[in-house]
Amino acid sequence: MEALREGMRQEMERDPSVFVMGEGVGPHGSCFKQTEGFTAQFGEDRSRDTPISELAIAGTAAGAALLGMRPIADLMWIDFSMLAMDQICNQAAKLRYISNGQVNVPVVYRMTTGRSKSNAAHHSGSFYSWYINTPGLKVVVPSTPYDAKGLIVSAIRDDGPVIYLEHKLLLNMRGEVPEEAYAIPLGVADVKREGADLTLVATGAMVGLSLAAAEALSKEGVSVEVIDPRTLMPYDGDAILSSVRKTGRLLVVDEGYRYCGFASELIALVAENAFEVLRQPPRQLTPRHTTIPFSPPMEEFVFPDAARIAGEIRAMLGITAQGESSNG
Amino acid sequence: MDEQTGIQLLKTMVRIRLAELQLAIMYKNGKVFCAAHLYEGEEAVAAGVCAHLRSDDCITSTHRGHGHCIAKGLPMKEMIAEVCGRKTGCCGGKGGTMHLFKPGIGVMGTVGIVGGGIPLATGLGLAMQMQKTDRVAVSFFGDGASNNGAFHESINLAALWKLPVIYVCENNMYATSVAVWRSTSVPDIGVRGAAYGIPGITVDGNRVDEVYEAAAEAVARARAGHGPTLLECKTYRIRGHFEGDDSLYRTREEVAEARTRDPIEYWKGKLIGDGVIAEDDFAAISAAAEAEVAEAAAFAENSPFPEPQDALALTNQV
Repeated sequence: MEALREGMRQEMERDPSVFVMGEGVGPHGSCFKQTEGFTAQFGEDRSRDTPISELAIAGTAAGAALLGMRPIADLMWIDFSMLAMDQICNQAAKLRYISNGQVNVPVVYRMTTGRSKSNAAHHSGSFYSWYINTPGLKVVVPSTPYDAKGLIVSAIRDDGPVIYLEHKLLLNMRGEVPEEAYAIPLGVADVKREGADLTLVATGAMVGLSLAAAEALSKEGVSVEVIDPRTLMPYDGDAILSSVRKTGRLLVVDEGYRYCGFASELIALVAENAFEVLRQPPRQLTPRHTTIPFSPPMEEFVFPDAARIAGEIRAMLGITAQGESSNG
Repeated sequence: MDEQTGIQLLKTMVRIRLAELQLAIMYKNGKVFCAAHLYEGEEAVAAGVCAHLRSDDCITSTHRGHGHCIAKGLPMKEMIAEVCGRKTGCCGGKGGTMHLFKPGIGVMGTVGIVGGGIPLATGLGLAMQMQKTDRVAVSFFGDGASNNGAFHESINLAALWKLPVIYVCENNMYATSVAVWRSTSVPDIGVRGAAYGIPGITVDGNRVDEVYEAAAEAVARARAGHGPTLLECKTYRIRGHFEGDDSLYRTREEVAEARTRDPIEYWKGKLIGDGVIAEDDFAAISAAAEAEVAEAAAFAENSPFPEPQDALALTNQV
């Protein structure tokens, strides 16, 4: 989260047209302190508190972008962004296209995504497949502090609308982040761990869990390659396909629901383009298809965790937890 | 208002009227192949408001937006070609009747979602204010949109931040097929300005002089940094919601009565009565507009359609 804040601050220092707006981004410094200190440094004009008016926040940001401003609009939770859907999906996403390229819409919509601890039905959503499904939007979800900074910089510099997702469980994650500004290009995946037996594509908080699972399995003699697409639209299909061509196996772990989701999209990509290299059917691991419940035992049951991911990999490779082959 | 302004307003209204009547004919003969929403009878609103705008001021408009675009300076050829889906249209055929753009003259989009342009205009106003200009933004929308959250959220924000935006509610008495008295809690939408602490004015939207005077004040207020105004212009949608609409939700008598309050007849009568123009002058204005419209229609019909694969330009293909 400090990495995200530093990325935004450096862009605001570099470019006076960049500003933040949203509920509580002013003196309070945002829900998770993402904009702490911005009002003191940039003034209320560029660190702009708003009423709880998601539709107006999203549309006002898009309108300001039409005249060359580069707003970063904070919608707090992806669940709340549903109130802003028309302005994000019907307006911001489409204005460049329907104007035949006469306008750009350089706006970033930031929102937290994913589960936390007992945040329940209205604060645990991962509905980004809706945005992936909307031509004209780019969708980004970092899984490390390094990626968080480099991707927010690219999102701000991009001339089109970008949905920038912050996973709530990752906001306090620690990691190496260079002090100077740097940009990670949108649409480029990162291989988080190299491996030979199976390609595991994971997003957001699922990346850390997948790496933990891969580490545990390495002790059982299994070599898992973990790829983080980082940008979900446009995603880096080449990186995923070349990994699958190497391993012959694909597991996608994503926090969005499976139906018409990002995980099912990647399985379709591989089925269409690399079916012949697959040594077995690709699999996806996503939350169970239910509203997110409040009580911890139920919430734990709904989401993938490192143990379930490891279990899925063992099942695909036909091995037991002890690392012995169950059926050759 | 000086005489030249009065004549200019009349010209704008006549140009809009004849363009819309031409499009109605082109719809009937298949040249316009979608259900266009025409502006006949509401011309005084677009003309009276846009007369105060510079080319660097911006508007957002609605599904019924041809009139606003013409009044803001969109060349007739580019507009009709776009409505006909041609490559020479102002959006190369990507937008169509409900999505007209010409940013260079401040046409920042007609919008197909009711209320959708209101937050965008608010954002245009925000940029104008942050960039320390004296430009203003105008959002045209209908009575229907005034019952939409976009209207209330946006006006609250604009009032809070004193944005240079004029919210022009064209109350044409119908939100698609629903009469305003069936959908709206107040008889005058202008009173809703009070809820946000901004001036809310209701004028006869068929009288271009009333619209012009009220808009003058609202635009001056916005330019001076004093914030937004809600301007309700009461008018009447003479045609159906779209071409082909059977209008069974209203009586012929009601429409006939509304026709007696025609904005062009009113203003023409006023100018002739005041000795500003003679009948001959009006005939010349009409003839010039007719020629412009005919030329634009011919240009559109003779223009090529876009190539099918042009559909994929400007998309982020994976």
